[in-house]
Amino acid sequence: MTPAASEVENAAAAARVQPDEATAGEAEHARRLLTEMLRIRRLEERCADLYKQEKIRGFLHLYIGEEAVAVGVMQALEPEDAIVATYREHGHALVRGVSARTIMAEMYGKQEGCSGGRGGSMHLFDTATRFFGGNAIVAGGLPLAIGLALADRLQHRARVTACFFGDGAVAEGAFHETLNLAALWHLPVLFCCENNLYAMGTAIERAQAETDLALKAAAYRMPSWGIDGMDVEAVESAARRAAAAVRAGEGPHFLELRTYRFRAHSMFDPELYRDKREVDAWKQRDPISTYTVRLRERGVLDDARLATIEESVGREVDDAVAFAEAGTWESVETLTRYVYSEPAPDSGDAT
Amino acid sequence: MTTYREAVRQAIREAMLADDRVFLMGEDVGRYGGCYAVSKGLLDEFGPERIRDTPLSELAFVGAGIGAAIGGMRPIVEIMTVNFSLLAIDQIVNTAATLLHMSGGQLNVPLVIRMATGAGRQVAAQHSHSLEGWYAHVPGLKVLAPATIDDARGMLPTALADPDPVIIFEHAALYNMEGELPADAGAVPIDRAAVRQTGSDVTLIAFGGTLGRALEAAGQLGEIGISAEVLDLRTLRPIDTDTILESVRRTHRAVIVDEAWRTGSFSAELSARIMEGAFYDLDAAVARVCGAEVPTPYPHHLEQAALPQAAAIVDAARATVGR
Repeated sequence: MTPAASEVENAAAAARVQPDEATAGEAEHARRLLTEMLRIRRLEERCADLYKQEKIRGFLHLYIGEEAVAVGVMQALEPEDAIVATYREHGHALVRGVSARTIMAEMYGKQEGCSGGRGGSMHLFDTATRFFGGNAIVAGGLPLAIGLALADRLQHRARVTACFFGDGAVAEGAFHETLNLAALWHLPVLFCCENNLYAMGTAIERAQAETDLALKAAAYRMPSWGIDGMDVEAVESAARRAAAAVRAGEGPHFLELRTYRFRAHSMFDPELYRDKREVDAWKQRDPISTYTVRLRERGVLDDARLATIEESVGREVDDAVAFAEAGTWESVETLTRYVYSEPAPDSGDAT
Repeated sequence: MTTYREAVRQAIREAMLADDRVFLMGEDVGRYGGCYAVSKGLLDEFGPERIRDTPLSELAFVGAGIGAAIGGMRPIVEIMTVNFSLLAIDQIVNTAATLLHMSGGQLNVPLVIRMATGAGRQVAAQHSHSLEGWYAHVPGLKVLAPATIDDARGMLPTALADPDPVIIFEHAALYNMEGELPADAGAVPIDRAAVRQTGSDVTLIAFGGTLGRALEAAGQLGEIGISAEVLDLRTLRPIDTDTILESVRRTHRAVIVDEAWRTGSFSAELSARIMEGAFYDLDAAVARVCGAEVPTPYPHHLEQAALPQAAAIVDAARATVGR
């Protein structure tokens, strides 16, 4: 074999390896998407149990069925980006990087929680991951999101603010005021409308004269797409495209992510407003089970790998519960803290 | 001479020169020059990014102010009148006032909201009300009512330096008020009431648009031998209870003057605090002179009849003194 021939051989080998490596990377990423969805699902299933045990109180809104939306969109965001979410935000916080431990402790109301225990399930906050709540006023987060985006614009930072809200928010004036302002001012916001077809118990066709929500955003001259929110890869791909455009200074973009909530609106909801057959039909499109099947078909997931994923997710949830159980209650002596800023030790400026 | 309007403008201008993070946002603050002409000329000096005209979307632009504040800016949001602020009250009460608490101390909101308040200009029942007390009810907010040129000039920089949301109520009838403003006028404290006139027989407690009426009444009382102290509350939240009680303990009588309606009002809160803190020092029941319980009427004579006038303050003070 001449040296030249050997080089050719090596180059060919490299060419053969490259697609394999890409495939391996893709496989790894696909399994990570599945893992992230499972983290949300298993954490929330445990939350439902803990709610029945009265460990978690107040309102608890589960995201089960909608996991592909948060997981898909988060793939498109960078650490410096900001996230504004709703009261159904456990999954968004978890995938963004808020620890399961501090999320669970927050739901317990323990001071080790990500909001010091003051917020609870609906008010998860974590400035370290730029997770800005956790907002229990429907559409309340939209104006906040454009404000964060305005601050980025005025400070010349190429960041994206991702704003999650539901189809119910679309009926609020805040939605329309905000979309108009965002488009008028060309602000770097990615609007993520999680259309699960119900505003609590009111079906979208009973609340909206125009049920094509992407069309409403288009009316504000904003690029908008309707996306299958049960398909994590479709969500990721759309989010990446939209986020890249937002980051590139092309103004706000809007994704209507069509999804479905498998569980009740909150733990108080007897679900009188929807047919069980409808719920069952949507469950056939479960983003986790359908994706599991797809990954098996692609040959990137087998029983052993799935078991490993489930095991690690289960451990994380157990650990989170143990952390929350071991957490401590804030003393009532500090009841009136966090109403006004406490003076910083050496500077007058708390921020 | 400087007007109240010019004093506010000076304060905005200086804050913007001193700090890049400060910007002004609101309806018609730019090209129009502000509906009360407060921001006239600032667009030319600072440009449309920092003197930012908004659509008629109070909820969205107040919320955007909150978001910009937590994003590192120091916004001044102008709302045309307190009546219009009701379109944004969700963001003020549910978000600005709660973020610090809900986040366990992680997110403070260094936002200043300015708005016009009050009656007296025949603009009727949707532009004239005094709802300062509604905001003063809410923990997490600070509520200011500058009644003098000095405070119009000096409260804004202090509010901007504050890490938490501050609402400044500018009584619309004060914008044309003139006074001397020292060349070195600057920031003033926003946590203390001020004695504007000392006296020994009765304390007249006023703020914002009613301070002038209280001073006028004090002058008339002086002519009939009643020495009235006039207290300018300045800050409605937190309330400077110590200064109020200190004054009432000396004069043993108090008359509270407030343009707002009497029922469920801020004046009721003041009265309760005096009762709680100085009950045994009182020689007479605390009196209140408030706006009549009616939406502000349009005709001049009816509007004036609905507002606390010096004559009514004099009568109330005389009743407490018994002469």
